[in-house]
Amino acid sequence: MYETLAQFAQTWGLIMFVVAFVLVLVYALAPGNRKKFESARRIPLEEEEDDRVGK
Amino acid sequence: MTQETNKPVTSVSSATSGGDVMGVAVILGIGLLYSLFAAARASDPLMQFHSFIFLAAFVAAGFALIVHVSNPKPKSQSGYEYGVVKAGVIASMFWGIAGFLVGVVIAFQLAFPDLLYFENLPWTNFGRLRPLHTSAVIFAFGGNVLIATSFYVVQRTCRARLAGGLAPWFVFWGYNLFVVIAATGYLIGVTQSREYAEPEWYADIWLTIVWVVYLLVFLGTIWKRKEPHIYVANWFYLSFIVTIAMLHIVNNLAMPVSLTGSKSYSLFAGVQDALTQWWYGHNAVGFFLTTGFLGIMYYFIPKRAERPVFSYRLSIVHFWSLIFIYIWAGPHHLHYTALPEWAQTLGMTFSIMLWMPSWGGMINGLMTLSGAWDKLRTDPVIRMLVVSVAFYGMSTFEGPLMSIRAVNALSHYTDWTIGHVHSGALGWVAYISFGAIYCLVPWLWKRESLYSKAMVEWHFWISTIGIVLYITSMWVSGIMQGLMWRATNEFGFLEHSFVETVAAMHPYYIIRACGGTLFLIGALIMAYNLYRTIRGDVRDPEYQSALAPFRGMTPAAAE
Repeated sequence: MYETLAQFAQTWGLIMFVVAFVLVLVYALAPGNRKKFESARRIPLEEEEDDRVGK
Repeated sequence: MTQETNKPVTSVSSATSGGDVMGVAVILGIGLLYSLFAAARASDPLMQFHSFIFLAAFVAAGFALIVHVSNPKPKSQSGYEYGVVKAGVIASMFWGIAGFLVGVVIAFQLAFPDLLYFENLPWTNFGRLRPLHTSAVIFAFGGNVLIATSFYVVQRTCRARLAGGLAPWFVFWGYNLFVVIAATGYLIGVTQSREYAEPEWYADIWLTIVWVVYLLVFLGTIWKRKEPHIYVANWFYLSFIVTIAMLHIVNNLAMPVSLTGSKSYSLFAGVQDALTQWWYGHNAVGFFLTTGFLGIMYYFIPKRAERPVFSYRLSIVHFWSLIFIYIWAGPHHLHYTALPEWAQTLGMTFSIMLWMPSWGGMINGLMTLSGAWDKLRTDPVIRMLVVSVAFYGMSTFEGPLMSIRAVNALSHYTDWTIGHVHSGALGWVAYISFGAIYCLVPWLWKRESLYSKAMVEWHFWISTIGIVLYITSMWVSGIMQGLMWRATNEFGFLEHSFVETVAAMHPYYIIRACGGTLFLIGALIMAYNLYRTIRGDVRDPEYQSALAPFRGMTPAAAE
């Protein structure tokens, strides 16, 4: 049981984590997403304020 | 008091068309019947006491529900549901002060063991008060802060009203009922002896129900969002809610001795049990005290600094690498135990890998201030937020260091661990919470500013000195303790008896208790400041920086 699990972790587990991390990097750094993230970054600053201070 | 809107009973949204009332009614009905049954047939007095608390809570909630249904007031004017956020802020301050106070009491008990020791009053004993302190600060204070801020942030950043009508109120009251059950349980002697998970099976089941509703409310709000992108703070909150559900359920798998008794036995035993507990325990740190509060960081620091987060790309890498790595770090609590060495090494390796996402996140938080560093000088609230991120960086550097097996050989079971925990808990968790609450109260109650900026300064400096006293005394005490334990003379015999280490630590225990007292005093100043703010008073009219989000707008609630 231990041998099987260790074998799996050291091969497929490792590959899965590396691939997942590469996918995250691709998503984060893809030039196509630049505009999307640039606007996402401003979400907290661009809420409508009118309901915050009384009516 | 000019609390105009958002009474609980008036805040239901028409969008939910009664489904929420039915759902809450069913849960209350089943809970009521079960607690009545358990109260009548209780096989031990502890269970009877808790059944009566549950019973009273369900009866009161039933009345509130009837009043709500039979009294359809006009809907709240605000597009957002702020009532439950306000309730969460007040509950946070209440539990925070209670938890800090108990912490101060037990710190003095450690320094002066005769203090509050009564043979016939077991609930004053350190052993009962210690879990009361840890749960009060982590789950009662921290949990209410997370519920309140997550409900606020998810609405604002999704531009959607909180989903579920009454369900958020069910989450708030249900969670606080769990807190009351847990806290009273520790005092009367209910415990399943699992670190940070001491409440017994019935409280665990109740928390599971509440937590699932919490998840549904959060997901439901994201589901109906008007903002296409899900802002990064919401990812952190979501990872906190989902992972805590998983950790809570697995760690608390247990078989009750009887359905009307307070005692249960865990399904785990031996080293598997130890590993499960620390898988839970360390991820409570990772996903309750870290990712949840990082959600606060990613919303409140940009908001308060009026600057977007330093790098959105970094926040994405921060998020995914943090959650994928944290979950493996638990075994570092079990170095030199029966746990197989490869599992210890795995926990240690992943802990060290955590340096990178942790510091990435810290840099992201701190650099958000770039170009606005002057605000550190002028605005004590943003200073509190930024210092909290600095403490985050410090304690996430220290943690991996202590997880290295050779360092752990010295640090484990000593006060160094306690100091480390508190640099994270007081410096990071509490400070980011205080900062967020200082922001939230004027926003929620529609006040021009806080009552007093000077009092925030006092709070900041008093409690910062308190934290410094706490962690430095525990470093000295802990390292000294570890060195004394391992010291041997030229014949290979131990140099010191245990009691010599205790005597040597005594002065540091007094310093620690004084540090904790300063931290409590700071929180009391804060509570008073917030109370006056909510009343609408202003002490320093020149205090303009709290107005930052409202610049150029008409102040409404000025009195």
